[in-house]
Amino acid sequence: MADAVLEHNAAAHGNAGEFEAPLFGAYSKKVGMWLFLASDSLTFGALLFAFSYNRIYTDWPTPFGKESIINATIMTACLLSSSLTMVMAVFAAQRHDRSWTRNWLLATMAFGTAFIVLHGMEWTHLIHEGLTLPGFPTTIEHGSGEYAKVAAGTPQFAATFFGLTAMHMLHVTIGVIYLGVVALRKLFLPILGIIYVAAYFLIPSDNVFHYGVHVLLIGLIVSAVILFLKPKDYDANDVEVSGLYWHFVDLVWMFIFPLVYLMSTKV
Amino acid sequence: MHDVAHSDNKAQYFWVWGALLVLTGVEVWLGYRQIFEPVRMLEALLFLSIVKSALIIGYFMHLKFETALMRWMLVLSVTACFIIMYFFFFPDAGRIIRLGVKP
Repeated sequence: MADAVLEHNAAAHGNAGEFEAPLFGAYSKKVGMWLFLASDSLTFGALLFAFSYNRIYTDWPTPFGKESIINATIMTACLLSSSLTMVMAVFAAQRHDRSWTRNWLLATMAFGTAFIVLHGMEWTHLIHEGLTLPGFPTTIEHGSGEYAKVAAGTPQFAATFFGLTAMHMLHVTIGVIYLGVVALRKLFLPILGIIYVAAYFLIPSDNVFHYGVHVLLIGLIVSAVILFLKPKDYDANDVEVSGLYWHFVDLVWMFIFPLVYLMSTKV
Repeated sequence: MHDVAHSDNKAQYFWVWGALLVLTGVEVWLGYRQIFEPVRMLEALLFLSIVKSALIIGYFMHLKFETALMRWMLVLSVTACFIIMYFFFFPDAGRIIRLGVKP
């Protein structure tokens, strides 16, 4: 069945008979993305194993109160909903409905951005209350906050919490940029540039995201290089491959949310 | 690309989305009730996470509709890697507890 679909797609693009049938019955971009995701899952796996080990064998703090759990639950709902809108985007792309493909991709990006903003607010609150790492910018209040004792007594908590969630937040940010490139192509570049400049000047310098926002600049440069060196009209296959990446980001959070937040709930 | 027959059945994706939200609710309930010891709780939450991830991989990522060769290759290789990590990481990390810290 998959070979027939590939043959049909090749014929539709005027490439019939030019390519050999692939090994796994899927086009090479999709196989490549699956292999990348398999390797990336091991990166997160190693971090989650490290977190679980510390959680079991260390006198682990349980600092997350009702507000944090509600916030994290809303973030989870955002990611789950973004996966549904991503599926709708793939369907629209297969119908060759460009308008709805773009709309669903923008909806997915909106959910992803909401996740990043909520997570950023959560981080800012925790850091302000004293849960910091040595490299983070500090203020006077940090030493006397609610979580200062947690950071001093069990340094593994802050290290594993920020390590895991930062890695995931980076993936979500890359995912939003990826979807932006697929949805809007070159039009996305000035939008990303404006967001970067606004975020850099609006976020105070004692906030860790004042420095983290440079990820957007790197994303802008990489996107510009890709869009100008290899300009193309992204088709249903590209949308599906970008969807694989996005669903993976959602998938990883399904492990981070219970392990990091629910296993450290303050009852 | 998965075939068009699957694309037309959008209702199943809404059901999967609903199931994922319900399972998340169950996890939050378990987290608040604290009815298990930490290790047992970790196992229960991990089990629910694996069910959720299977739904995401199978339906949202369409692996259920790929060829059997691709399905088995991906699932077996990643699972094997995690099993190897589990049998190397945990015993190795446990050495610190058994041996203690040199004063």
